[in-house]
Amino acid sequence: MNVSVELAPTVALVGNPNCGKTALFNALTGSRQKVANYPGVTVEKKQGRLTTPGGRSIQLLDLPGTYSLRARSPDEEITRDAVLGKLAGETPPDLIICVGDASNLRLALRLALELKHVGRPVVLALNMMDIAKKRGIEVDLAKLAAELALPVVSSVAVRRGGTDALLAELDRLLANLPPVAAADWKAPDAGALRGAQSEADRVLRAAVKMPGIPDVGTTRADAILLHPVAGLAILLAILFVMFQAVFAWAKPAMELISAGFTWLGAFVGSLPLPDLVQSFLKDGLIAGVGSVIVFLPQIVILFFFILLLEDLGYMARAAFLMDKIMGGAGLHGRAFIPLLSSFACAIPGIMATRVIDDRRDRLTTILVAPLMTCSARIPVYTLIISAFIPEREVWGFVGLQGLVMFGLYAAGITGALTVSFVMKRLFWRSTAGEPFMLELPDYKIPQAKSLAMGVWARATAFLKRAGTTILSMMILIWVLASFPQAPEGATDPAINYSLAAMIGHFIEPVTSPLGFNWQINVALIPGMAAREVAVGALGTIYAVNGGAEATQQIGQALAAHWSLGTALALLAWYIFAPQCASTLAVIRRETGGWKWMWVTFGYMLALAYAAALIVYQVAAALGAG
Amino acid sequence: MVDLSTLLALGEARVGFRGRISALDMSRAEGAGLPASELERRLIELGFVEGADVELLHQGLFGGDPIAVRVAATTIALRRREAMAIVVTPR
Repeated sequence: MNVSVELAPTVALVGNPNCGKTALFNALTGSRQKVANYPGVTVEKKQGRLTTPGGRSIQLLDLPGTYSLRARSPDEEITRDAVLGKLAGETPPDLIICVGDASNLRLALRLALELKHVGRPVVLALNMMDIAKKRGIEVDLAKLAAELALPVVSSVAVRRGGTDALLAELDRLLANLPPVAAADWKAPDAGALRGAQSEADRVLRAAVKMPGIPDVGTTRADAILLHPVAGLAILLAILFVMFQAVFAWAKPAMELISAGFTWLGAFVGSLPLPDLVQSFLKDGLIAGVGSVIVFLPQIVILFFFILLLEDLGYMARAAFLMDKIMGGAGLHGRAFIPLLSSFACAIPGIMATRVIDDRRDRLTTILVAPLMTCSARIPVYTLIISAFIPEREVWGFVGLQGLVMFGLYAAGITGALTVSFVMKRLFWRSTAGEPFMLELPDYKIPQAKSLAMGVWARATAFLKRAGTTILSMMILIWVLASFPQAPEGATDPAINYSLAAMIGHFIEPVTSPLGFNWQINVALIPGMAAREVAVGALGTIYAVNGGAEATQQIGQALAAHWSLGTALALLAWYIFAPQCASTLAVIRRETGGWKWMWVTFGYMLALAYAAALIVYQVAAALGAG
Repeated sequence: MVDLSTLLALGEARVGFRGRISALDMSRAEGAGLPASELERRLIELGFVEGADVELLHQGLFGGDPIAVRVAATTIALRRREAMAIVVTPR
């Protein structure tokens, strides 16, 4: 007796990548779905509930796309283990829906044949039947069902009523579930795969009539979009628009959020509360949460573009165009978009690495993403450059300040490419050269509803999961900067008496070879919350009052207290230093554990220290110490 | 039998090439990033089996790599290095 049948039966959706499985999942479950991570791995677990017309409640599981149960990536391992009921703490599915794109059935049929061996009832859902019909593809459902010895239904995920046939079939099958048969699936060898594919080809010839020509729209579009030169130019243009949008469109919303939190902070500041409670609410809680939520508009816009391009079918083409260029640094073609996103902020960039299937390629990308110069470094760079780099022209036409800024960006990019190159060669030599093989799906018109649900899921996941970890880090940093409190009648700023100041003094012997004084060390601690916070912290330490001209005044104070060598060393430090608790928290979440977060923290700290040391010592030797 | 002189690896074909897969020969793809048995299985899973029609549709800017290949009704992108294992007969 299968107990899980008495509860809500579990139904798993399995299919090739790009078969419209997620659209079908969205159509079946509507908003009743949740996205989580499988414990310990980076794979998304999507499940939802639905009620059939027969009044049956079903737990629906959307598994990562795969060509075979023979797992090659962590995503595919999850699919295999979930289907075979081997996942710890998960109930095996009572029924499997094998989803196939009706216009591209060849590989789906082989997967369906393989799924017959797992000992669970299987139903084949031919998705996107409308598109197939329009293209003149005729599928004989009865013949297909007879040849495969499987129930076959058609579905159109994006149309009202398009899932009726599938739901009716679910009711029929679940009313009378056979006892679970023993799985006789084992990883097929090349011979078995060949046999299965030729059987699939035979079934395809018997039951499906294909027009002789491929999709005309896709052929025409690819003639331009995959053109070696024009294709690359168009890709760059798309990216330009995308990042323009991330910076420009997000700005009003970010300013609004920022103003909202400032107002909230000021409101709390006006309440008759004890100083400590007020400081905790204002500087710890509100400023901490605010500094994270302010990135939400950028994340929403970025994911809107990424999901749009993915649904269109363009993302695989972008990877195709960039593969050779990225490959030179040991990165996968698909790492391109996440790394570029990291120029805005490493957090959405790291979240966007989910498009990379191979676990090692994805880890490499996550590890180097924080080296891309994010927008939070800009205030720090601007402050130091304007205070220390003279505003003059070199070679007659290039501004020196702009040149230094460009140099800092270039150093970040060079650093990221070098680290990924070294990592591939050093740590993962055994699997160096993971092949680039992926399907270029026919272009599809994205569905607004599916797109909106995808963006919504990413936004809420960011707020919920990253928010909790980031918030706790913010509170920790506030505690360090606030305790112990300044004694009665103290003349120095309060932060100078705190644990942060003690740490600043304590680590001075370590940082003095970099030219850092204890004040810099202190500023770097709240700067862990977010890089740009260090600017304000330096202001506090050198007792500069806030206000519109604050940055300029801080600059003057720094120019009076620091040598040029110190300033340059701090710039070098900022290129590499892991100065962002939020990024580290997201790395922890995306990699499913602490290990890679500490690896990132460690290697970035080492690079930052080495870079700052070299810069300061060279500057000192040249007389600028 | 197949005329050996017309045999060609898909990895050395030009854009516009049309043919049919006559064999998968892993020994021709020695530079591939995978062990032979794994590479063979991956190629089959993406539809590269004997008898399937192929057409080389596109190639990248640098060194003509990677390539986009139409296999039956599906388009697959892969590098020439791995495509060396796919032996084709022009048609």
